[in-house]
Amino acid sequence: MIRALRRPTLWLIVAVTLAFVLLPLRGNDVALREGLLLAAVYVILATNLNLMIGYAGYVNFGNVVFFGLGGYTCVWLVNSHAWPLVAAALLAGALVSLVAFLFGLGILKLRGAYFALATIGVNEGVKAFVANFAPWGGSAGIYLSIEAYQPLGGPARGLWIIYFLMVLVMGLSLLASYGIKNAKFGLGLRAIGQNEDAAMVLGVPTRRYKALIYSASAFLPAVAGALFFFKSAFIAPDDAFDLALSTEAIVAVMLGGQGTLVGPAVGAVFYEELRSTLLTAQAFSHFQLVIAGALLLLIVQFVPGGLMGWIYRRWPRMRRILE
Amino acid sequence: MTALLEVQGLGKRFGGLQAIADLTLSIAEREIVGLIGPNGAGKSTAFDLINGVRAPDRGRVMLRGEDITGMAPYAVVRRGMARTHQIVQPLATMSVLENCIVGACFGRDDLSLRHAEDVAREVAGFLGLTERLGEPAGQLTIAGKKRLELARALCARPSLLLLDEVLAGLNPTEVQRMIGVIREIRDRGVAILMIEHLMQAIMGLSDRIVVLSSGRMLAEGTPAKVAANPAVIEAYLGDASLAAKLHARQ
Repeated sequence: MIRALRRPTLWLIVAVTLAFVLLPLRGNDVALREGLLLAAVYVILATNLNLMIGYAGYVNFGNVVFFGLGGYTCVWLVNSHAWPLVAAALLAGALVSLVAFLFGLGILKLRGAYFALATIGVNEGVKAFVANFAPWGGSAGIYLSIEAYQPLGGPARGLWIIYFLMVLVMGLSLLASYGIKNAKFGLGLRAIGQNEDAAMVLGVPTRRYKALIYSASAFLPAVAGALFFFKSAFIAPDDAFDLALSTEAIVAVMLGGQGTLVGPAVGAVFYEELRSTLLTAQAFSHFQLVIAGALLLLIVQFVPGGLMGWIYRRWPRMRRILE
Repeated sequence: MTALLEVQGLGKRFGGLQAIADLTLSIAEREIVGLIGPNGAGKSTAFDLINGVRAPDRGRVMLRGEDITGMAPYAVVRRGMARTHQIVQPLATMSVLENCIVGACFGRDDLSLRHAEDVAREVAGFLGLTERLGEPAGQLTIAGKKRLELARALCARPSLLLLDEVLAGLNPTEVQRMIGVIREIRDRGVAILMIEHLMQAIMGLSDRIVVLSSGRMLAEGTPAKVAANPAVIEAYLGDASLAAKLHARQ
């Protein structure tokens, strides 16, 4: 533990998280806050997705299902059972993790493209279920009344609280990724990612590790979804289980460098900036998705290690400092 | 004395092919047993059945009196049986050291990362990989990868080691070196079951030889006894009369 405090990575994570807290506070900059909130969401999704793609080598194409289910669970608990936000978000995270664990036992026997396809199936299946699930409003979704913000001290204050919570979840995502990567668990996962059969023969408990990481990678995205959809005060199947967001998370991971700790976060912030610039362009709607697709192709083709992978190859010392 | 490994009546069928039929063998502590046979005899399949990569259709595998039949390979490693692969399986972009640490920390003693690193460094040194510790495993030469296979398996601190053709693809100098390494491993108290095509090497190394042909056990005994067995010669040469003639000349 004391040794860990001497690692620069830990301080970097704390510094970035603090910067997210302080930057919009200066001058009460609400526009900047909204931008950073989205960036934090992308960092959370990408960092947790990296646990699967980058560490364990399993491409979870339907990762948005955790985000959406977390959102639904939380909004429903707040709306129908008057739960406080934080408790609802935490329970959402726990439940979604449990659901992921059960799904994982089923689909983690598949490998490669079959696994990726199965995760899309999970997302579409859950979406179809929710769209027909009356307690969650079916395809019309759930609206939260403005009353929901009362416990947070009204909307103006509540939005700040939600933002800080989101930044906290982002910080925790990075810490978890760091902790896992440098633990025995992370080593086992990377062995699985490289060669699952060899890992198994070397003694890595592959089944347990895969189910655990699939479940763990669901927790914080579900909490983030809870906060996000509480903030929107509205959730419907098409928004909650939007495969485009899954794809964007994958682009962020690949752009920054799969398997590295800081890469997915860097990729996420970069992609979010690009996206917000393109979103305001008049010529195209959803032009960012075209760019995202093109980017993904180029990265996979020419820089499979992503930005950080490339940097670490050129300056190997950086890897020891940052990872 | 109970045997370290006891295999009883092991059988495995793939569709119409009886890959292994009624295989029975036992290995004592510190023994080197050679498993030989023509291509396709089922040697690697036998390893798969013994260390849990595949579940046998019938038969039992006992390690130190414990039934490990059909146990997952990672559970088998924990009980002290490690193996290498005929086709090397490096964790290619991870370093040589990391490969060894994986072997050590998921091995029999379930070591912490830091202790695993100590073991990994020591074993890598024993196999002459110290200079390569930082390199990605995928960049090693074939001889290096073979040594890494062996190093990773040894890092698990097994009491029984299954070696699947660790000498194949090595030049004569490397073969001599590897033979020395294998003897030393046995001297440190590890029993070895090894598949090998290099007859001279395996005849010299083994205390006992088991011959497989078409999934069945053809012969068993000391190297000299097995080498003189007409059925074995026939299995290799495919000609009964030639085998008889060779036998007569001996």
